[in-house]
Amino acid sequence: MDELLRDFLTETAESLDRVDSQLVRLEQEPDNGQVLGNIFRLVHTIKGTCGFLGLPRLEALTHAAETLMGKFRDGMPVTGGAVTLILATIDRIKTILDGLEELKREPPGDDADLIGQLAEMAAAAQMQLVQPRSQEPASCEQSAMQTGAESVEVKAAGATDARPASHALRVSIDTLDQLMTMVSELVLTRNQLFEVLRRHDDSEFKVPLQRLSNVTTEVQQAVMTTRMQPIGNAWQKLTRIVRDLALELGKDIELQMHGADTELDRQVLDLVKDPLTHLVRNCADHGIESPAERSAVGKARKGTIRLSAYRQGGYIVIEISDDGRGLDAARIRTKAVEAGLVNEVDMAAKSEAEINNIIFTPGFSTALEVTSISGRGVGMDVVRSNIEQIGGTVDVTSNAGRGVCFTVKIPLTLAIVSALIVQVAGERFAFPQLSVTEIVRIGAIHRAQRIKSAAVLRLRHKLLPLLHFKETLQLGIGDDERGFVVVMQTGSQSFGLVVDNVLHTEEIVIKPISSKLRHLGIFSGVTILGDGSVIIVVDPNALTQTLGRAAQSSTDHPPEHAMSDERADQGTLSLLIFRSGSQRQKAVPLSVVTRIDEVDCSTIEPVEGRFLMQYRGELMPLFGVDPQSGPRTKGAQPVLVFSHQGCSMALAINDIIDVVDEKLDIKLVDDRPGVLGYAVIQGTSTEIVDIGYFLPNAGDGLFARRASPLGWPNRAHQAIPRQSEPRGMTA
Amino acid sequence: MFQDVFAVASITRVPLASSEIAGILNLRGRIVTVIDLAVRLQLQASGPAIGRLAIGVEAGGESFGILVDSVAEVLSLADSDRESPPINLEQGLAGVSTGIFWLEHELLVVLDADRILDFRGRAAAA
Repeated sequence: MDELLRDFLTETAESLDRVDSQLVRLEQEPDNGQVLGNIFRLVHTIKGTCGFLGLPRLEALTHAAETLMGKFRDGMPVTGGAVTLILATIDRIKTILDGLEELKREPPGDDADLIGQLAEMAAAAQMQLVQPRSQEPASCEQSAMQTGAESVEVKAAGATDARPASHALRVSIDTLDQLMTMVSELVLTRNQLFEVLRRHDDSEFKVPLQRLSNVTTEVQQAVMTTRMQPIGNAWQKLTRIVRDLALELGKDIELQMHGADTELDRQVLDLVKDPLTHLVRNCADHGIESPAERSAVGKARKGTIRLSAYRQGGYIVIEISDDGRGLDAARIRTKAVEAGLVNEVDMAAKSEAEINNIIFTPGFSTALEVTSISGRGVGMDVVRSNIEQIGGTVDVTSNAGRGVCFTVKIPLTLAIVSALIVQVAGERFAFPQLSVTEIVRIGAIHRAQRIKSAAVLRLRHKLLPLLHFKETLQLGIGDDERGFVVVMQTGSQSFGLVVDNVLHTEEIVIKPISSKLRHLGIFSGVTILGDGSVIIVVDPNALTQTLGRAAQSSTDHPPEHAMSDERADQGTLSLLIFRSGSQRQKAVPLSVVTRIDEVDCSTIEPVEGRFLMQYRGELMPLFGVDPQSGPRTKGAQPVLVFSHQGCSMALAINDIIDVVDEKLDIKLVDDRPGVLGYAVIQGTSTEIVDIGYFLPNAGDGLFARRASPLGWPNRAHQAIPRQSEPRGMTA
Repeated sequence: MFQDVFAVASITRVPLASSEIAGILNLRGRIVTVIDLAVRLQLQASGPAIGRLAIGVEAGGESFGILVDSVAEVLSLADSDRESPPINLEQGLAGVSTGIFWLEHELLVVLDADRILDFRGRAAAA
């Protein structure tokens, strides 16, 4: 009985998913007798089995639904109302099935409401049908015969239900998983044998081993094939979801599917279902406009969401596109700044593609209002992290007014992945090949450089943040002169990982990491290499987080400012030129500036003739405010923030003029407090501000002039951007 | 619970891991996490793992190896002869010991594998 029930549950769940999508299709093509026939047959099969297994609730419901659908066959027009009612019935059936799975018997409950409505509608249809017998009842059957050969998918669906399939066998997923594990072992052993063979050149094992290898590869492929399922299985539910959404939102949406027969691993399919659903929901909710809006801009009233899947190497590419309004880059920009996800300076430097990808940032939403479907700012980041978890990527392109296209790239299988093996401090580590975009040798052309403690690489005119893997692993200090940079892309973030050596690539089987090591975070698993040794698989996504943490704790400059620091050893110095208070041009060495920011004026308050500013949870003195006019009262106040040994201060400025690389040559020394002197910078006399004066030091009052405030700019001359502390302030 | 005793031929160090973990190794296709018993018991620091013996243990679906200096013999002892560990037992030992046996010439401390494996590495992972 248990066995029977389990089979019934699996089969019925599959059938119901198909009924869902077929019903929606029927609504769109009411005259398609083939579709109707399919639905009828599916429901009939369920009903029959219910009677056989003694499930009265299910039987009564399916019977009522079947009666109504019988009326469709007799020529009753297929209305939206009727389809909604049948869909509701199917939902109820699903609920009962869930209960059945849990309790092993039908859950108690009453379905008189639905049965009543179904009977009512059927009776009404009967009345209509009696009078104008416009259509031959047999016509449906006829058209079914005519179109019979057209749709492969439907034929296959029919075949499994109508006839007992003698060539197919139901195998439990556990068995397949176990088989896969064993095949993985086989692959590993094969690799190990090859490694042995490599050491003995003229071995008699060579030929049989080659044959073993070929067979292993074939077995591996065959087992993987058994786990493959068409992606259409994950799409079936979407038809229904889009229909319901369209009704709820008052939109007209068509869902097109291409390449539904593209196959991928069951496990991957399971994991990719939710993110796909979310993306489609997003297209329906945010992307497609209302029919009125669409006709106003000259588009067809009916919006289209297009799903397509195809294979590309070891990956499946799934594209979800709509012909809606596209992403509003301007709105993303403002929203992201408002939400504090990106500051305005960084935003200005971003390309449109980068801006579009902000939608995957946690906490971001552009929806003006929160609907029941989306808009709460949770979701797209989850989509991305879910996809990245299975080693995939997601990208978005947008064409304003023409639509959005999400491209999801996922590996065919999770069991065996291609990995890059690298070496650091004598130890070997593996990285999933998918994340690696290129490998650069550190040398004369590509030099690793440091901005304070943050390492960067200038690669094709872009600054790439570097992570010295040796330092991440606490195995020593990273070498900036030698080694390789493995450039990795995770999400929209790319970074370089500095390793001592890049060894080779290998197909590996990732095994779970020990529970004793899981908490370390950056290791996602372990694997056994061909030579039998165990190596650790590193998770590039976790490394990105490490990178972020390192940046927060030790990098004070946004990287783009630091580019010019490269030239510091030629005797020049990066100077930030700005105006503050008066119209005179002022300058400070860029290296002493901790942050350039804008603060809200409400965070500034006068305290006994001075001004204090609340900034990132700290309170710091604000200088440079014109005593007559006071600070601005409305809007944003641009400030320069300086920090040293736990003390911070801010300088209110009017605007930033430029960042220049100049040899700092103070021509005229000034005695005024807070001014070092004057220099000619780019043809203009410029006041060099003495930050050392402003920054309070231990024991010194805020306005006490220190003994040798002039010391620092000279030292800054020789400063190589390796120092970790802001220079020149420890006079 | 105890599966086998094996000699450590090669081992992979795990950076960032707690000091109890000597590394991971491949034992006939199984991944074994090797724990240095001396470190775990807060005894003197021990040398490299290679060439030493380890006792194979299965716990929670995972394989562990407990690194020891030598394996003497297998004894069958009556549970009724077991005495509880003295309260003044060193902290490192007291945490993992479940009893003491009087043998003819010496005392034998009974260690519990589950307790040996229960150190902060797991707590942090939970």
